[in-house]
Amino acid sequence: MSTFLRSFLVVVWFGLAAVLIAGLLLWVSSLLRPSKPTREKMLTYESGVDPVGEGWSQSQVRYYIFALLFVIFDVEAVFIFPWATQLERYALFGLVEMGIFVFVLVLGLVYAWRKGVLRWV
Amino acid sequence: MYSLLAVVIPYWGQSLLRVLGGLVAVLLPAGTIVYVFLFKMMSFMQSRLGPMEAGPYGSMQLFAEVGKWLQKEDIQPHNADKRIFRMAPIIVLMSTFLLVAVVPFGPDAWFTNFETGVFYALAVSSISVLGILMAGWSSANKYSLLGGLRAAGQLIAYELPMVLAVMGVVIQAGTMNLQQIVLAQNAGSIFGTDIVGNPYVLTQFVGFVVFMIAVQAELTQAPFDMPIAESELVSGYMTEYSGFRFLIFFIGEFATAGVFAMIASTLFLGGWGVPFSWFGWTSMDSVANWMNVAGPLIVFTKMMVLVFLIMWIRFSYPRFREDQLQRFAWKVLIPISLANIMVTAVLKVAF
Repeated sequence: MSTFLRSFLVVVWFGLAAVLIAGLLLWVSSLLRPSKPTREKMLTYESGVDPVGEGWSQSQVRYYIFALLFVIFDVEAVFIFPWATQLERYALFGLVEMGIFVFVLVLGLVYAWRKGVLRWV
Repeated sequence: MYSLLAVVIPYWGQSLLRVLGGLVAVLLPAGTIVYVFLFKMMSFMQSRLGPMEAGPYGSMQLFAEVGKWLQKEDIQPHNADKRIFRMAPIIVLMSTFLLVAVVPFGPDAWFTNFETGVFYALAVSSISVLGILMAGWSSANKYSLLGGLRAAGQLIAYELPMVLAVMGVVIQAGTMNLQQIVLAQNAGSIFGTDIVGNPYVLTQFVGFVVFMIAVQAELTQAPFDMPIAESELVSGYMTEYSGFRFLIFFIGEFATAGVFAMIASTLFLGGWGVPFSWFGWTSMDSVANWMNVAGPLIVFTKMMVLVFLIMWIRFSYPRFREDQLQRFAWKVLIPISLANIMVTAVLKVAF
Protein backbone atom coordinates (compact mmCIF):
# COMPACT_ATOMS: atom_id res chain seq x y z
CA MET A 1 0.00 0.00 0.00
CA SER A 2 1.36 3.43 -0.83
CA THR A 3 2.32 5.83 1.95
CA PHE A 4 -0.42 8.16 0.70
CA LEU A 5 -3.14 5.58 1.33
CA ARG A 6 -1.47 4.53 4.56
CA SER A 7 -1.74 8.00 6.00
CA PHE A 8 -5.45 7.87 5.26
CA LEU A 9 -5.57 4.52 7.05
CA VAL A 10 -4.33 6.37 10.14
CA VAL A 11 -7.43 8.54 9.85
CA VAL A 12 -9.57 5.39 9.91
CA TRP A 13 -7.73 4.17 13.03
CA PHE A 14 -8.36 7.49 14.73
CA GLY A 15 -12.07 7.31 13.94
CA LEU A 16 -12.21 3.75 15.30
CA ALA A 17 -10.27 4.84 18.40
CA ALA A 18 -12.96 7.44 19.12
CA VAL A 19 -15.73 4.83 18.81
CA LEU A 20 -13.78 2.35 20.93
CA ILE A 21 -12.94 4.72 23.77
CA ALA A 22 -16.54 5.96 23.93
CA GLY A 23 -17.86 2.38 23.76
CA LEU A 24 -15.46 1.21 26.45
CA LEU A 25 -16.44 4.00 28.84
CA LEU A 26 -20.14 3.44 28.18
CA TRP A 27 -19.67 -0.27 28.84
CA VAL A 28 -17.88 0.38 32.17
CA SER A 29 -20.65 2.81 33.01
CA SER A 30 -23.31 0.18 32.23
CA LEU A 31 -21.73 -2.10 34.85
CA LEU A 32 -21.82 0.59 37.51
CA ARG A 33 -24.99 2.56 36.92
CA PRO A 34 -28.47 1.80 38.25
CA SER A 35 -31.43 1.35 35.90
CA LYS A 36 -34.82 2.07 37.41
CA PRO A 37 -36.97 3.48 34.64
CA THR A 38 -40.28 5.02 35.62
CA ARG A 39 -42.89 6.64 33.40
CA GLU A 40 -42.06 10.14 34.59
CA LYS A 41 -38.35 9.63 34.06
CA MET A 42 -38.84 8.49 30.48
CA LEU A 43 -41.06 11.40 29.56
CA THR A 44 -39.68 14.07 27.26
CA TYR A 45 -38.41 17.00 29.31
CA GLU A 46 -40.52 20.11 28.97
CA SER A 47 -39.76 22.33 31.95
CA GLY A 48 -41.32 19.89 34.38
CA VAL A 49 -44.83 19.74 32.95
CA ASP A 50 -46.22 16.94 30.78
CA PRO A 51 -45.14 17.53 27.17
CA VAL A 52 -47.66 19.15 24.86
CA GLY A 53 -47.91 17.53 21.45
CA GLU A 54 -44.82 15.75 20.19
CA GLY A 55 -41.24 16.90 20.10
CA TRP A 56 -40.96 16.95 16.35
CA SER A 57 -43.17 20.00 16.19
CA GLN A 58 -43.15 22.37 13.29
CA SER A 59 -40.56 25.06 13.49
CA GLN A 60 -39.46 27.62 11.02
CA VAL A 61 -36.26 26.76 9.19
CA ARG A 62 -34.93 30.28 9.00
CA TYR A 63 -31.58 29.70 7.51
CA TYR A 64 -32.09 27.67 4.36
CA ILE A 65 -31.08 30.63 2.21
CA PHE A 66 -27.99 30.97 4.38
CA ALA A 67 -27.34 27.32 3.65
CA LEU A 68 -27.52 27.98 -0.10
CA LEU A 69 -25.16 30.95 0.24
CA PHE A 70 -22.88 28.77 2.35
CA VAL A 71 -22.64 26.20 -0.44
CA ILE A 72 -21.72 28.92 -2.94
CA PHE A 73 -18.98 30.36 -0.75
CA ASP A 74 -17.67 26.96 0.24
CA VAL A 75 -17.29 25.92 -3.39
CA GLU A 76 -15.57 29.24 -3.98
CA ALA A 77 -13.10 28.35 -1.24
CA VAL A 78 -12.38 25.08 -3.04
CA PHE A 79 -11.43 27.13 -6.10
CA ILE A 80 -9.36 29.70 -4.22
CA PHE A 81 -7.19 27.27 -2.22
CA PRO A 82 -5.31 25.76 -5.20
CA TRP A 83 -4.79 29.24 -6.57
CA ALA A 84 -3.43 30.38 -3.20
CA THR A 85 -0.75 27.68 -3.22
CA GLN A 86 0.41 28.60 -6.73
CA LEU A 87 0.23 32.39 -6.45
CA GLU A 88 4.00 32.78 -6.47
CA ARG A 89 4.19 31.17 -9.91
CA TYR A 90 1.32 33.02 -11.56
CA ALA A 91 2.19 36.40 -9.97
CA LEU A 92 0.33 39.31 -11.59
CA PHE A 93 -1.74 37.17 -13.96
CA GLY A 94 -3.06 35.10 -11.06
CA LEU A 95 -3.73 38.18 -9.00
CA VAL A 96 -5.84 39.91 -11.65
CA GLU A 97 -7.70 36.72 -12.45
CA MET A 98 -8.58 36.04 -8.81
CA GLY A 99 -9.44 39.72 -8.33
CA ILE A 100 -12.16 39.32 -10.98
CA PHE A 101 -13.36 36.06 -9.38
CA VAL A 102 -13.62 37.55 -5.88
CA PHE A 103 -15.23 40.71 -7.31
CA VAL A 104 -18.02 38.65 -8.88
CA LEU A 105 -18.52 36.84 -5.57
CA VAL A 106 -18.66 40.07 -3.59
CA LEU A 107 -21.22 41.28 -6.15
CA GLY A 108 -23.30 38.22 -5.30
CA LEU A 109 -22.98 38.89 -1.58
CA VAL A 110 -23.95 42.54 -2.04
CA TYR A 111 -26.97 41.44 -4.14
CA ALA A 112 -28.10 39.04 -1.40
CA TRP A 113 -27.54 41.79 1.16
CA ARG A 114 -29.62 44.33 -0.80
CA LYS A 115 -32.35 41.74 -1.33
CA GLY A 116 -32.59 41.37 2.46
CA VAL A 117 -31.59 37.71 2.44
CA LEU A 118 -29.03 38.19 5.20
CA ARG A 119 -31.66 39.15 7.74
CA TRP A 120 -32.71 36.58 10.35
CA VAL A 121 -36.46 37.08 10.01
CA MET B 1 10.30 4.10 7.44
CA TYR B 2 9.62 4.58 11.14
CA SER B 3 11.84 3.56 14.02
CA LEU B 4 12.21 4.41 17.67
CA LEU B 5 15.54 4.22 19.55
CA ALA B 6 17.03 2.31 16.61
CA VAL B 7 14.32 -0.37 16.86
CA VAL B 8 12.29 -0.80 13.68
CA ILE B 9 8.60 -0.96 14.52
CA PRO B 10 6.21 -3.00 12.37
CA TYR B 11 3.20 -1.30 10.82
CA TRP B 12 0.66 -2.45 13.40
CA GLY B 13 2.97 -1.19 16.14
CA GLN B 14 3.25 2.19 14.47
CA SER B 15 -0.52 2.42 14.15
CA LEU B 16 -0.99 1.48 17.79
CA LEU B 17 1.55 4.11 18.85
CA ARG B 18 -0.18 6.70 16.72
CA VAL B 19 -3.60 5.90 18.14
CA LEU B 20 -2.26 6.00 21.70
CA GLY B 21 -0.59 9.31 20.90
CA GLY B 22 -3.90 10.54 19.49
CA LEU B 23 -5.73 9.53 22.67
CA VAL B 24 -3.20 11.48 24.73
CA ALA B 25 -3.38 14.45 22.36
CA VAL B 26 -7.18 14.59 22.72
CA LEU B 27 -7.80 13.65 26.35
CA LEU B 28 -4.85 15.36 28.04
CA PRO B 29 -5.67 18.87 26.72
CA ALA B 30 -9.36 18.28 27.47
CA GLY B 31 -8.64 17.37 31.10
CA THR B 32 -6.17 20.19 31.58
CA ILE B 33 -8.52 22.75 30.05
CA VAL B 34 -11.44 21.65 32.19
CA TYR B 35 -9.40 21.75 35.41
CA VAL B 36 -7.22 24.82 34.86
CA PHE B 37 -9.71 27.03 33.06
CA LEU B 38 -13.23 25.80 33.75
CA PHE B 39 -12.77 24.88 37.42
CA LYS B 40 -10.04 27.21 38.61
CA MET B 41 -9.73 30.26 36.36
CA MET B 42 -13.51 30.72 36.15
CA SER B 43 -13.73 30.52 39.94
CA PHE B 44 -10.95 33.04 40.48
CA MET B 45 -12.56 35.42 37.99
CA GLN B 46 -15.76 35.16 40.00
CA SER B 47 -13.96 35.66 43.36
CA ARG B 48 -14.39 32.14 44.65
CA LEU B 49 -12.03 29.23 45.18
CA GLY B 50 -13.54 26.50 43.05
CA PRO B 51 -13.01 22.83 43.93
CA MET B 52 -10.64 22.49 46.88
CA GLU B 53 -11.43 19.15 48.55
CA ALA B 54 -10.32 16.43 46.12
CA GLY B 55 -6.53 16.38 46.28
CA PRO B 56 -4.29 19.45 46.69
CA TYR B 57 -6.17 22.50 45.34
CA GLY B 58 -8.83 20.16 44.01
CA SER B 59 -6.50 18.72 41.39
CA MET B 60 -8.09 15.27 41.62
CA GLN B 61 -11.53 16.76 41.01
CA LEU B 62 -11.57 15.49 37.42
CA PHE B 63 -11.22 11.86 38.46
CA ALA B 64 -13.89 12.35 41.08
CA GLU B 65 -16.16 13.82 38.39
CA VAL B 66 -15.60 10.95 35.98
CA GLY B 67 -16.27 8.48 38.77
CA LYS B 68 -19.50 10.30 39.55
CA TRP B 69 -20.68 10.40 35.93
CA LEU B 70 -19.92 6.70 35.47
CA GLN B 71 -22.53 5.88 38.13
CA LYS B 72 -25.30 8.08 36.73
CA GLU B 73 -28.38 6.40 35.34
CA ASP B 74 -28.61 6.45 31.56
CA ILE B 75 -32.03 7.91 30.72
CA GLN B 76 -33.24 7.71 27.13
CA PRO B 77 -36.70 9.22 26.68
CA HIS B 78 -39.40 6.90 25.31
CA ASN B 79 -40.15 9.11 22.33
CA ALA B 80 -36.52 9.48 21.27
CA ASP B 81 -35.17 7.89 18.13
CA LYS B 82 -32.95 5.58 20.19
CA ARG B 83 -30.36 4.47 17.66
CA ILE B 84 -29.55 7.97 16.41
CA PHE B 85 -29.77 9.25 19.99
CA ARG B 86 -26.99 6.86 21.00
CA MET B 87 -24.82 7.55 17.95
CA ALA B 88 -24.80 11.35 18.20
CA PRO B 89 -22.27 11.92 21.04
CA ILE B 90 -19.88 9.40 19.52
CA ILE B 91 -19.92 11.24 16.20
CA VAL B 92 -19.12 14.52 17.95
CA LEU B 93 -16.17 12.85 19.70
CA MET B 94 -15.07 11.25 16.43
CA SER B 95 -14.85 14.64 14.76
CA THR B 96 -12.35 15.71 17.43
CA PHE B 97 -10.23 12.59 16.96
CA LEU B 98 -10.18 13.01 13.19
CA LEU B 99 -9.15 16.64 13.64
CA VAL B 100 -6.19 15.90 15.90
CA ALA B 101 -4.78 13.46 13.33
CA VAL B 102 -3.51 16.34 11.23
CA VAL B 103 -1.72 18.42 13.91
CA PRO B 104 2.08 18.20 13.59
CA PHE B 105 4.01 17.94 16.87
CA GLY B 106 7.61 17.86 15.68
CA PRO B 107 9.83 17.39 12.63
CA ASP B 108 9.10 13.64 12.67
CA ALA B 109 6.37 13.54 15.31
CA TRP B 110 3.21 13.67 13.25
CA PHE B 111 0.24 11.36 12.82
CA THR B 112 -0.47 12.14 9.18
CA ASN B 113 1.41 14.46 6.87
CA PHE B 114 -1.18 15.31 4.23
CA GLU B 115 -0.25 17.54 1.31
CA THR B 116 -3.69 19.15 1.79
CA GLY B 117 -3.68 19.23 5.59
CA VAL B 118 -5.55 22.53 5.78
CA PHE B 119 -8.35 21.18 3.59
CA TYR B 120 -8.59 18.05 5.69
CA ALA B 121 -8.74 19.98 8.98
CA LEU B 122 -11.49 22.27 7.71
CA ALA B 123 -13.43 19.32 6.30
CA VAL B 124 -13.44 17.04 9.35
CA SER B 125 -14.07 19.90 11.76
CA SER B 126 -17.57 20.23 10.30
CA ILE B 127 -18.47 16.59 10.98
CA SER B 128 -19.51 17.67 14.48
CA VAL B 129 -22.44 19.55 12.91
CA LEU B 130 -23.86 16.16 11.90
CA GLY B 131 -23.60 14.84 15.45
CA ILE B 132 -25.23 17.96 16.85
CA LEU B 133 -28.10 17.87 14.34
CA MET B 134 -28.61 14.15 15.05
CA ALA B 135 -28.70 14.81 18.79
CA GLY B 136 -31.13 17.69 18.38
CA TRP B 137 -33.46 15.81 16.07
CA SER B 138 -33.47 12.39 17.72
CA SER B 139 -34.25 13.71 21.21
CA ALA B 140 -37.84 14.43 20.16
CA ASN B 141 -37.75 17.48 22.39
CA LYS B 142 -38.73 21.00 21.40
CA TYR B 143 -35.74 22.58 23.12
CA SER B 144 -33.36 20.12 21.53
CA LEU B 145 -34.84 20.64 18.08
CA LEU B 146 -34.49 24.42 18.35
CA GLY B 147 -31.00 24.08 19.78
CA GLY B 148 -29.90 21.71 17.02
CA LEU B 149 -31.26 23.96 14.28
CA ARG B 150 -29.63 27.03 15.82
CA ALA B 151 -26.35 25.16 16.15
CA ALA B 152 -26.44 24.10 12.49
CA GLY B 153 -27.20 27.66 11.36
CA GLN B 154 -24.40 29.05 13.49
CA LEU B 155 -21.80 26.47 12.56
CA ILE B 156 -22.29 26.87 8.82
CA ALA B 157 -22.29 30.66 9.14
CA TYR B 158 -18.94 30.68 10.98
CA GLU B 159 -17.40 27.92 8.89
CA LEU B 160 -16.94 30.44 6.07
CA PRO B 161 -14.95 33.14 7.92
CA MET B 162 -12.78 30.33 9.25
CA VAL B 163 -12.07 28.93 5.77
CA LEU B 164 -11.44 32.40 4.34
CA ALA B 165 -9.17 33.42 7.24
CA VAL B 166 -6.97 30.38 6.71
CA MET B 167 -6.66 31.36 3.04
CA GLY B 168 -4.34 34.24 3.97
CA VAL B 169 -1.97 31.80 5.65
CA VAL B 170 -2.04 29.48 2.64
CA ILE B 171 -1.25 32.40 0.31
CA GLN B 172 1.72 33.46 2.46
CA ALA B 173 3.11 29.97 2.93
CA GLY B 174 2.28 28.83 -0.61
CA THR B 175 1.32 25.36 0.60
CA MET B 176 -1.50 23.53 2.34
CA ASN B 177 0.78 21.08 4.14
CA LEU B 178 0.79 21.95 7.85
CA GLN B 179 4.43 20.86 8.29
CA GLN B 180 5.47 23.19 5.46
CA ILE B 181 3.42 26.00 7.03
CA VAL B 182 5.29 25.50 10.33
CA LEU B 183 8.57 25.50 8.42
CA ALA B 184 7.66 28.64 6.48
CA GLN B 185 6.88 30.48 9.72
CA ASN B 186 9.97 29.47 11.66
CA ALA B 187 12.46 29.73 8.82
CA GLY B 188 10.89 32.94 7.50
CA SER B 189 11.74 36.53 8.17
CA ILE B 190 9.88 39.83 8.39
CA PHE B 191 11.60 42.52 6.29
CA GLY B 192 14.91 40.69 6.63
CA THR B 193 14.67 40.26 10.41
CA ASP B 194 14.57 36.60 11.39
CA ILE B 195 14.84 36.90 15.18
CA VAL B 196 11.31 35.59 15.70
CA GLY B 197 10.95 33.98 12.30
CA ASN B 198 7.68 34.97 10.66
CA PRO B 199 4.79 33.80 12.86
CA TYR B 200 1.69 34.61 10.88
CA VAL B 201 0.00 36.13 13.92
CA LEU B 202 2.14 39.20 13.15
CA THR B 203 1.75 39.37 9.38
CA GLN B 204 -1.77 37.88 9.26
CA PHE B 205 -3.20 39.54 12.35
CA VAL B 206 -6.61 40.18 10.78
CA GLY B 207 -6.81 36.56 9.70
CA PHE B 208 -5.85 35.45 13.21
CA VAL B 209 -8.57 37.53 14.86
CA VAL B 210 -11.21 36.34 12.39
CA PHE B 211 -10.08 32.73 12.85
CA MET B 212 -10.26 32.92 16.64
CA ILE B 213 -13.74 34.49 16.54
CA ALA B 214 -14.86 31.71 14.20
CA VAL B 215 -13.33 29.10 16.52
CA GLN B 216 -15.22 30.63 19.43
CA ALA B 217 -18.45 30.28 17.45
CA GLU B 218 -17.68 26.76 16.22
CA LEU B 219 -17.15 25.67 19.83
CA THR B 220 -20.47 27.33 20.80
CA GLN B 221 -18.72 29.09 23.66
CA ALA B 222 -20.21 32.31 25.00
CA PRO B 223 -20.77 34.93 23.52
CA PHE B 224 -21.81 32.57 20.71
CA ASP B 225 -23.67 30.06 22.90
CA MET B 226 -27.18 30.61 21.53
CA PRO B 227 -27.60 26.90 20.61
CA ILE B 228 -26.88 25.68 24.15
CA ALA B 229 -28.22 28.68 26.07
CA GLU B 230 -29.19 27.03 29.35
CA SER B 231 -31.46 29.86 30.49
CA GLU B 232 -33.71 29.65 27.43
CA LEU B 233 -33.09 26.32 25.69
CA VAL B 234 -31.98 24.21 28.67
CA SER B 235 -28.66 23.29 27.02
CA GLY B 236 -30.27 22.92 23.59
CA TYR B 237 -29.39 19.69 21.83
CA MET B 238 -28.04 18.20 25.08
CA THR B 239 -31.32 18.59 27.03
CA GLU B 240 -32.26 14.90 26.98
CA TYR B 241 -28.77 13.54 27.52
CA SER B 242 -27.82 12.35 30.96
CA GLY B 243 -25.10 10.33 32.62
CA PHE B 244 -22.12 9.30 30.58
CA ARG B 245 -23.57 10.26 27.20
CA PHE B 246 -23.72 13.84 28.39
CA LEU B 247 -20.14 13.58 29.59
CA ILE B 248 -19.04 12.48 26.11
CA PHE B 249 -20.55 15.68 24.68
CA PHE B 250 -18.80 17.61 27.43
CA ILE B 251 -15.40 15.97 26.82
CA GLY B 252 -15.91 16.49 23.09
CA GLU B 253 -16.54 20.20 23.59
CA PHE B 254 -13.34 20.85 25.53
CA ALA B 255 -11.21 18.42 23.56
CA THR B 256 -12.31 20.25 20.41
CA ALA B 257 -11.38 23.55 22.05
CA GLY B 258 -7.91 22.15 22.66
CA VAL B 259 -7.51 20.72 19.17
CA PHE B 260 -8.76 23.89 17.48
CA ALA B 261 -6.26 25.85 19.57
CA MET B 262 -3.52 23.46 18.38
CA ILE B 263 -4.55 24.01 14.76
CA ALA B 264 -4.59 27.78 15.36
CA SER B 265 -1.14 27.68 16.94
CA THR B 266 0.14 25.65 13.99
CA LEU B 267 -1.31 28.09 11.49
CA PHE B 268 -0.55 31.37 13.24
CA LEU B 269 1.94 30.94 16.09
CA GLY B 270 4.59 28.74 14.49
CA GLY B 271 3.35 25.38 15.75
CA TRP B 272 5.95 23.06 17.24
CA GLY B 273 8.90 25.13 16.08
CA VAL B 274 11.12 27.72 17.64
CA PRO B 275 12.55 30.38 15.29
CA PHE B 276 15.17 28.44 13.33
CA SER B 277 17.65 31.34 13.36
CA TRP B 278 18.22 30.74 17.10
CA PHE B 279 19.92 27.44 16.38
CA GLY B 280 21.14 28.08 12.86
CA TRP B 281 18.73 25.60 11.26
CA THR B 282 17.66 26.25 7.71
CA SER B 283 15.45 23.37 6.56
CA MET B 284 13.33 20.55 7.95
CA ASP B 285 16.25 18.10 7.78
CA SER B 286 18.64 20.27 9.78
CA VAL B 287 16.25 20.50 12.74
CA ALA B 288 17.73 18.73 15.76
CA ASN B 289 16.15 15.48 16.89
CA TRP B 290 15.30 16.76 20.36
CA MET B 291 12.62 18.92 18.76
CA ASN B 292 10.52 15.74 18.53
CA VAL B 293 10.37 15.81 22.34
CA ALA B 294 10.29 19.57 22.81
CA GLY B 295 7.79 20.09 19.98
CA PRO B 296 4.74 18.60 21.69
CA LEU B 297 5.49 20.67 24.81
CA ILE B 298 5.76 23.84 22.72
CA VAL B 299 2.47 23.07 20.96
CA PHE B 300 0.87 22.40 24.34
CA THR B 301 2.11 25.72 25.73
CA LYS B 302 0.82 27.66 22.74
CA MET B 303 -2.48 25.79 22.96
CA MET B 304 -2.88 26.79 26.61
CA VAL B 305 -2.28 30.45 25.73
CA LEU B 306 -4.93 30.35 22.98
CA VAL B 307 -7.45 28.45 25.12
CA PHE B 308 -6.87 31.03 27.82
CA LEU B 309 -7.97 33.68 25.30
CA ILE B 310 -11.04 31.64 24.32
CA MET B 311 -12.05 31.08 27.94
CA TRP B 312 -11.35 34.67 28.95
CA ILE B 313 -13.75 35.87 26.26
CA ARG B 314 -16.23 33.17 27.25
CA PHE B 315 -16.35 34.32 30.87
CA SER B 316 -16.42 38.03 30.02
CA TYR B 317 -19.05 38.65 27.37
CA PRO B 318 -22.84 38.35 27.36
CA ARG B 319 -24.62 36.28 24.75
CA PHE B 320 -25.33 37.47 21.21
CA ARG B 321 -28.88 37.44 19.92
CA GLU B 322 -29.46 35.00 17.06
CA ASP B 323 -29.98 37.69 14.41
CA GLN B 324 -26.96 39.68 15.62
CA LEU B 325 -24.90 36.53 15.38
CA GLN B 326 -25.84 35.82 11.77
CA ARG B 327 -25.45 39.49 10.81
CA PHE B 328 -21.99 39.58 12.39
CA ALA B 329 -20.86 36.55 10.40
CA TRP B 330 -22.24 37.55 7.01
CA LYS B 331 -21.91 41.33 7.03
CA VAL B 332 -18.72 41.83 9.04
CA LEU B 333 -16.49 38.77 9.13
CA ILE B 334 -16.91 37.52 5.55
CA PRO B 335 -16.27 40.91 3.85
CA ILE B 336 -13.27 41.48 6.15
CA SER B 337 -11.77 38.11 5.39
CA LEU B 338 -12.36 38.50 1.63
CA ALA B 339 -10.57 41.86 1.77
CA ASN B 340 -7.82 40.21 3.81
CA ILE B 341 -7.33 37.60 1.07
CA MET B 342 -7.00 40.20 -1.67
CA VAL B 343 -4.65 42.46 0.36
CA THR B 344 -2.48 39.47 1.24
CA ALA B 345 -2.36 38.39 -2.40
CA VAL B 346 -1.41 41.89 -3.59
CA LEU B 347 1.34 42.17 -0.98
CA LYS B 348 2.59 38.67 -1.78
CA VAL B 349 2.91 39.52 -5.47
CA ALA B 350 4.35 42.97 -4.77
CA PHE B 351 7.15 41.69 -2.49
